[in-house]
Amino acid sequence: MTVPSTVSANRLTSHRAIVWPRLRSAGLAACAFCVGIGFLTAGIPANLTTASARTADAERGRALYDQCKRCHQVGSGARHRIGPQLNDLFGRPAGSLDDYRYSRAMRAAGSGGLVWTETALDAFLQDPAGVVPKSRMSFGGLAERDDRADLLAWLRGFSGDRSGLPPAEPTFTPEEFGIDPRVLEIRGDPEYGAYLAGECTTCHHATGTDQGIPSISGWPADDFVIAMHAYKLGKRVHPVMQLVAGRLSDEEIAALAAHFFSTDDEP
Amino acid sequence: MNQINKNPGLSRRSFLVTTAMATSALSAPSVLAENRPRVVVVGGGAGGATVARYVAKDSGGAVDVTLVEPTRAYYSCFFSNLFIGGFRDYASIGHSYGDLAANHGINVVHDWAVSVDRDGRSVGLAGGGSLAYDRLVLSPGIDFRSGSVPGWDLSAQNRMPHAYKAGSQTQLLRAQIEAMPEGGVYCMVAPPNPFRCPPGPYERISMVAHVLKQTNPTAKILIVDPKEKFSKQGLFEDGWQRHYSGMIERIGPDFGGDSVEVRPEAMEVVIDGEVTKVDVCNVIPAQQAGRIAAIAEITNDAGWAPVVPHTMQSRADENIHVLGDASQQGDMPKSGFSANSQAKVCAMAVRGALTDSKVFPARFSNTCWSLIGTDDGVKVGASYEATDEKIAKTDGFISQTGESAEVRKATYEESIGWYEAISADMFS
Ligand SMILES: Cc1cc2nc3c(=O)[nH]c(=O)nc-3n(C[C@H](O)[C@H](O)[C@H](O)COP(=O)(O)OP(=O)(O)OC[C@H]3O[C@@H](n4cnc5c(N)ncnc54)[C@H](O)[C@@H]3O)c2cc1C
Ligand code: HEC
Ligand code: HEC
Repeated sequence: MTVPSTVSANRLTSHRAIVWPRLRSAGLAACAFCVGIGFLTAGIPANLTTASARTADAERGRALYDQCKRCHQVGSGARHRIGPQLNDLFGRPAGSLDDYRYSRAMRAAGSGGLVWTETALDAFLQDPAGVVPKSRMSFGGLAERDDRADLLAWLRGFSGDRSGLPPAEPTFTPEEFGIDPRVLEIRGDPEYGAYLAGECTTCHHATGTDQGIPSISGWPADDFVIAMHAYKLGKRVHPVMQLVAGRLSDEEIAALAAHFFSTDDEP
Repeated sequence: MNQINKNPGLSRRSFLVTTAMATSALSAPSVLAENRPRVVVVGGGAGGATVARYVAKDSGGAVDVTLVEPTRAYYSCFFSNLFIGGFRDYASIGHSYGDLAANHGINVVHDWAVSVDRDGRSVGLAGGGSLAYDRLVLSPGIDFRSGSVPGWDLSAQNRMPHAYKAGSQTQLLRAQIEAMPEGGVYCMVAPPNPFRCPPGPYERISMVAHVLKQTNPTAKILIVDPKEKFSKQGLFEDGWQRHYSGMIERIGPDFGGDSVEVRPEAMEVVIDGEVTKVDVCNVIPAQQAGRIAAIAEITNDAGWAPVVPHTMQSRADENIHVLGDASQQGDMPKSGFSANSQAKVCAMAVRGALTDSKVFPARFSNTCWSLIGTDDGVKVGASYEATDEKIAKTDGFISQTGESAEVRKATYEESIGWYEAISADMFS
């Protein structure tokens, strides 16, 4: 992965921040967004990246949002995916949408008074695990203040007036990874999935918290199936997960998807 | 999808099950408890805690599970090297049994199992009394083979610790390393194959070097090794060169590593007749299945308990299953990950035999991470399947030398996630 040295040096300032750009994104076949960010950040004059009194650049924020896209939808018709939809985010209490299954930690943060203001979001995006420990959002964080400001400027456009929003973009599609879309039609046996999941919970914490290995609990089946086939086909590169997915049949992946969709916070 | 259906024979066990099922709809839980099939698990470590938890959890209370374990807190060997290296505190590798009892209704009995009546199907306890079982699961870990290192026996473990069962031994070894004189010598007598955690001794060497490099940089590390080769050798040697150049010397069998004697009183190590004075001597003797397996008379000449890969049943007794380090199963390394993996297959087989739950094909996996230095983690892993003869490796991977610092750091972070997850998978 080619990331300009300035970017990686800055990322070193946050312990968690290093988690994201490394393997998780490097593991994605095209690594479209890490190169994209590198390119964009590199293109910004030094005085701009360091100055605090700059105007946030929503267009740039839109590109940064690529990092959130695999888990979240925003825009007209946005639905909950791995993460909740992000329309009308500004001003809403954390973990407050009725029809999304948040982690216990996120719900507790919301009932404890965390509201998604600009400041709160800035802190959360800098260090998600620091602001909401044991949340299920497996994302290392954005170390650069300007990146966060630009991303939030763009996201703000989806709060308030709901007319004329651009349509929500899909999270992963099977085509991106050359996966036969018919695998999404297979209905898995959750009981078989529960047995097979025994292998996964040795590494993926059963409560879905991310403490070095990402959460896979509560994922929509489609996203789950696509992620697993991407590893199986070697389109996502990670030695452990390629080994794990490599021996699973299409039916077994569907069974696991059915199981993990139904797993919630607590044992 | 393949499904092996359990044999619906009319054994006493299935009779018990039927009764339990029939009463469950009608009568009070206390009556039910009397009639539930009974599983006794000996050993509350990686294999035993997992199997107890999965049988209890997945049967939803239909099986009565008792876990026999003498200690009140389990200190894991996995990550105990990181405690020695100063990367973990002691409390973080300790686990109590309270959640297993509270969350899953497991009866935890703090005692030693001292006898097994295979015909009468009961286990005798050191504190007196016995526990009847329909299925017995043994996961007692390892014991040391006496006489494997001349001059060393268990009475010498305070002068020359093994630290190969975690707990006070681990603390002792760390304290001895901290107390080494400036420029002193730490010596490890490494074990012959097969032993628990193939990369364990060499991860330990890395952690000892990490500590000494900071606190006692002129100290020396000596490995006396009876083995030609060892796990992840290329990765460790590369790492030692990069982090601890000049500190570590390994004496393999060609130079007498297979002919060693120790003198605990004098703190001497005699290698191929030559006497060396050392300051810390970490003796990791040859190993065999935990004693209770031999007492149950299910071990072979090498001291391990052969098992049927599909179910982890003892080859000598179908009512006994053996897990983890004590079992002789085939290609899987003796690791906590392996024991946990085997336990899930075993739990499924036990439930299938005692209740009418579905039984799926056995499959196993293992990954072992090792920490070589700060943020320098490596891993090796494989997947396995059950054949009639053994648990057979199907595929695998290993970290490469020359990986970027980012990859190594990510690998270390994964291992932290793994430790949290597997601990919860055993004890929560
Ligand atoms: C230094 C070191 C580092 C390691 N690192 C790793 C690692 O990174 N990853 C990994 O996967 N594995 C690692 N291991 C290996 C791992 O610790 C073992 O393979 C694992 O603990 C085996 O599980 P087990 O259930 O067979 O035995 P154990 O976990 O040892 O459990 C056995 C339990 O049985 C109890 N017991 C014994 N006899 C009786 C009896 N008669 N009655 C009642 N109870 C009894 C004991 O008290 C003990 O609690 C490491 C080991 C060492 C020594
Ligand atoms: C790997 C998947 C993933 C990625 C990538 C991700 N998120 Fe999330 N996000 C989640 C999940 C899952 C939750 C719910 C967390 C919980 O319940 O603990 C969440 C929650 C949130 C919340 C709280 C929403 C609420 O309703 O309380 C915000 C805000 C958020 N994410 C923003 C972002 C932004 C902005 C990005 C990109 C910089 C991003 N996320 C990247 C998975 C992800
Ligand atoms: C040995 C540890 C280990 C085991 C066992 C394991 N995983 Fe993973 N898994 C990982 C790691 C590490 C990652 C992060 C990989 C990456 O960066 O691409 C991961 C990533 C994933 C992801 C993608 C997560 C994301 O945020 O995009 C999914 C889905 C997944 N695993 C599912 C599974 C399933 C299902 C199983 C069991 C059949 C399983 N894993 C078993 C370690 C493991």
